[in-house]
Amino acid sequence: MKLKKFLSLILVFILSISMFSGCGSSEKGDIIKIGVFEPFTGENGGGGYQEALGIRYANQLYKTIDIDGTTYTIVLEEVDNKSDKTEAVNAANSLISKGVSAIIGSYGSGVSIAAGSYFAEANIPAIGCSCTNPQVTNGNDYYFRACFLDPFQGTVMANYAKNHGYNKVAVITQLGDDYSEGLGSYFVRACQNMGINVVRQEKFQPNEQDFRAILSNIKSEDPQFIFAPSSIASAPLILEQAREMGITCQIGGGDTWENGSIIDNAHGAAEGMVVTTFYDDKSKATMEGEKFVNGFKEYLIQNKQPDVIPAVSALGYDAYLAVYKAIEKAQSLDGEEIRNALAELQFEGVTGDISFDENGDAKKNSAYIKEVENGEFVFKEITTL
Amino acid sequence: MLNKNKLINIIFATIIIAVSVLILVYLDIHEKSFRYEISIINKALVYAVIALSMNIAIGFTGLFSLGQAGFLAIGAYVTAILTISPEDKISVYYVDGVANFLQNIQFSPVVAILIGGLSAAIVASILGFPVLRLKSDYLAIATLGFAEIIRAVIATPQLNLPGLKINMNRITNGSFGLKNIPNFKSSLECFIYCLICIVLMIFIIKSTIGRDFRAVREDEIAAQSVGINIFKTKELSFIISSFFTGIGGGLLAMYLRSIESKTFSINLTYEILLMVVLGGIGSISGSIVGSFLVNVGKEVLRFCDTPQNIFGIQIPIFRTGFRMVIYSILLMIIVLFFRKGIMGGKEISPKEISKFLKRTVDKFNMFINRIKKKKGEIR
Amino acid sequence: MNLNLLEQAMIGISIGGAYALIAIGYTLVYGILRLINFAHGDIFMMAGYFMIFCASILPIYVAIPITIIETCILGVLIEKVAYKPLREAPRMSIMISAIGVSYLLQNLATYLFTAIPIQYPRIEFLKTPITLFGVLTNLANIITPIIAILLVLFLIWILKNTKVGLSMRAVSRDYEAASLMGVKINKTISWTFIIGSSLAAIGSILYFSNRSAVFPYSGSLPGLKCFVAAVFGGIGSIPGALIGGFFIGICENLIKSAGYSTFSDAFTFVVLIIMLLFRPTGLFGEKLIEKV
Repeated sequence: MKLKKFLSLILVFILSISMFSGCGSSEKGDIIKIGVFEPFTGENGGGGYQEALGIRYANQLYKTIDIDGTTYTIVLEEVDNKSDKTEAVNAANSLISKGVSAIIGSYGSGVSIAAGSYFAEANIPAIGCSCTNPQVTNGNDYYFRACFLDPFQGTVMANYAKNHGYNKVAVITQLGDDYSEGLGSYFVRACQNMGINVVRQEKFQPNEQDFRAILSNIKSEDPQFIFAPSSIASAPLILEQAREMGITCQIGGGDTWENGSIIDNAHGAAEGMVVTTFYDDKSKATMEGEKFVNGFKEYLIQNKQPDVIPAVSALGYDAYLAVYKAIEKAQSLDGEEIRNALAELQFEGVTGDISFDENGDAKKNSAYIKEVENGEFVFKEITTL
Repeated sequence: MLNKNKLINIIFATIIIAVSVLILVYLDIHEKSFRYEISIINKALVYAVIALSMNIAIGFTGLFSLGQAGFLAIGAYVTAILTISPEDKISVYYVDGVANFLQNIQFSPVVAILIGGLSAAIVASILGFPVLRLKSDYLAIATLGFAEIIRAVIATPQLNLPGLKINMNRITNGSFGLKNIPNFKSSLECFIYCLICIVLMIFIIKSTIGRDFRAVREDEIAAQSVGINIFKTKELSFIISSFFTGIGGGLLAMYLRSIESKTFSINLTYEILLMVVLGGIGSISGSIVGSFLVNVGKEVLRFCDTPQNIFGIQIPIFRTGFRMVIYSILLMIIVLFFRKGIMGGKEISPKEISKFLKRTVDKFNMFINRIKKKKGEIR
Repeated sequence: MNLNLLEQAMIGISIGGAYALIAIGYTLVYGILRLINFAHGDIFMMAGYFMIFCASILPIYVAIPITIIETCILGVLIEKVAYKPLREAPRMSIMISAIGVSYLLQNLATYLFTAIPIQYPRIEFLKTPITLFGVLTNLANIITPIIAILLVLFLIWILKNTKVGLSMRAVSRDYEAASLMGVKINKTISWTFIIGSSLAAIGSILYFSNRSAVFPYSGSLPGLKCFVAAVFGGIGSIPGALIGGFFIGICENLIKSAGYSTFSDAFTFVVLIIMLLFRPTGLFGEKLIEKV
């Protein structure tokens, strides 16, 4: 009985702390809040974290903004959407109620779609970093995005296959995952248009860790190229298991695969794999890019991460920059004015020149193709369509 | 027959409903500044319906069914497909296009939700024949498996069964999910839907059918000997539970505005089960309290995810992911120390409240007396 | 195509071996506590993380026994904290407690190790490539089923010939009678969890050394499948868990090789439901006795 009382006391204590912390955390002075809507836990927790790192780093560099002569400090309001739609709606609304001026995120298109209509209703512009599903911005005036789309990416990969003379390809996608299935189906379509033979399409379940059965099926068809857009958790497993089974053909992935952890986790099996991605840290094509690459590597080490810059971090950085420039241009904190400024914005980000089309998608007509050589991503070519 | 006790209960319920309506109307009027609160309330209301529907099977009939996610998925998908407007369908089914027979169908949400509930009930009635013969844990596993099958069927792009080829992408949109589902116009609308469902369920539980359910739960053999058909009763309970779960799924789809197969995983079932057990198995008000507790609790704990400064000292343990750790620890505490759930099979009624108050006052008096005594001793 | 079928069968057997090792954990606990230990899959996942941290500071052959010990401690700790206080409580609440522990472990892992997959130490010995009947595979794939069978034989020997085994059987047959006969219930249950967890740890080492990375949800899918395997074989029966594990592993792979990878999980469940209809307590399960 005593324990019960003690525990009840603890409960009360925690709740009271929550009350106080709510009051304590609001900073004094003129601040602008920007919402970060990312999954930190759940299926896409890893990617969401990397994206958020880019956003946090950008916030360190661009901390203040002048509007009509007043200097405002930008504060990030982070919220975890758990990569789960049922959580995402409340998470989105919690950002809205905190009075954010704009929202950045999310990794994973599903949660962005769920939250999108709520952001639009509240007249708060949102900008996605790496959500490549067309549905995110389609029919939503307030959603923008900093990356290219699945149809484009799928076509780029098919082009790559064609240029390398592959005419027998196989596809592996994750069942129930809009990113993986979407990219896979666009790749298949593009291949069919180009006359490339898709010999096998295999699907796997969420959280699957054993790909040998489907790889064995693929092996029996002897394809020249395997395209397997999927999450960073399944990528090293697919790569390593394929190599162990004696599949020697080239394996390719989507933008999610450009991630240092995959090379580490695949124990050398990542050698030769190809990815399409948003950005290349070696090219340092833009001024902003140079600034970003040097500082961000240190920032990654500070956060105990491998010092390979994930593309999603770069996009997170660019998304933050877009919001920053839009607020600067609009000289206002009104959602609609920021939206209008975003729509006409044109600036130089880390991943190249960024401006948005009528859908709100970044006008990006080129993708970087990278291959893994000696345990590092090496830039190969820019494909423009 | 309306005895005094019942009358008091009805008045009590009316007062609660009236107060809730007033609060919701106030929130709706000031919708702009209360979006977050409205969203939490709506979610909790919808989950309360779902939790109560699960409680009918688990708590009142003793059918340990874990197929909730499957029935929710059926209800949600049927509602979504039937309510998305024909103009939106073109953009929603952006991969393969929409099946011809669905292209021009659009129902009002109420009708669509009802159809969703009915579809879930029909599936349940078919499923019930084989699986309800299984005992406790085996029933749980079989129904859990059923939910997984439903999820796989929804997510698959192409259903290739012998003699049957269906392009699921054109019906459920496969892995891409559905969006542009019409939302509740106000939280009051959501409240009314949920209230109707809950009141209906209460009527069923309080009726003779409900009494049969409880008889089967307590002792199957004794129930049989007084002339209750065990299988029929179980089947009926399963169908009713699934019907309301399907309706709950429809409401969930309206609340979420967009759904995908991933939403309806086993974890969703577990979460609802948690609400049922936290509130108290076999307690109507318990399920509702459980739903509110879990949904509000998760939001209250959001502060754990951001670094906190308490008295100027930054506490390092507060970082992303900490919220869910605290949430699960709190959950364990409740499970371990309030075994029968918060309500413990009782209901919130004026009688219970007055009992509870009396007990608390008594305890408090005893406590004061003890202190007085101690003081006296010291003197 | 024949080679493909052979390859698929071999894959199925090696996965089945790993499944069997985890399924035994479910079956043992169920036999004694009548509890579906939902946290078992997550104990398996935590064993993966333990191994990562042990191997980063210790040589691999020291790390393996330490990982097993740590996993046992975790298993017993969970039992003492989350299950023991609920022994007299209704079955439902102890199950919820198990789900709660599973939640807690997943969330704790996400919080402590982030959701980014962490590299699993490479045990070179297990990765030796081997060509068997013309199929390229590695040592881990071959020894997993062998180890599973050996461990099951060993376990059956323990149950038959040791005092601990005897008391485990007594408790699983009749909880109250056993306690009246002087069997130390708590000690027996602790032993059950030690055995179950150590098998999970061994399974985890074999499983993850072939799968290179651990993330907080890597226990959930194997957990679910092994649970199904245990039910299939008749929960409470150790040979049943072994056969169930192999059956599910092979079945799943055959379905995938037939081109129905979308439905591999669904099909497993269909098989399970059909099985339960004909034998309501699984393949080797004891018949339920209805008491009036």
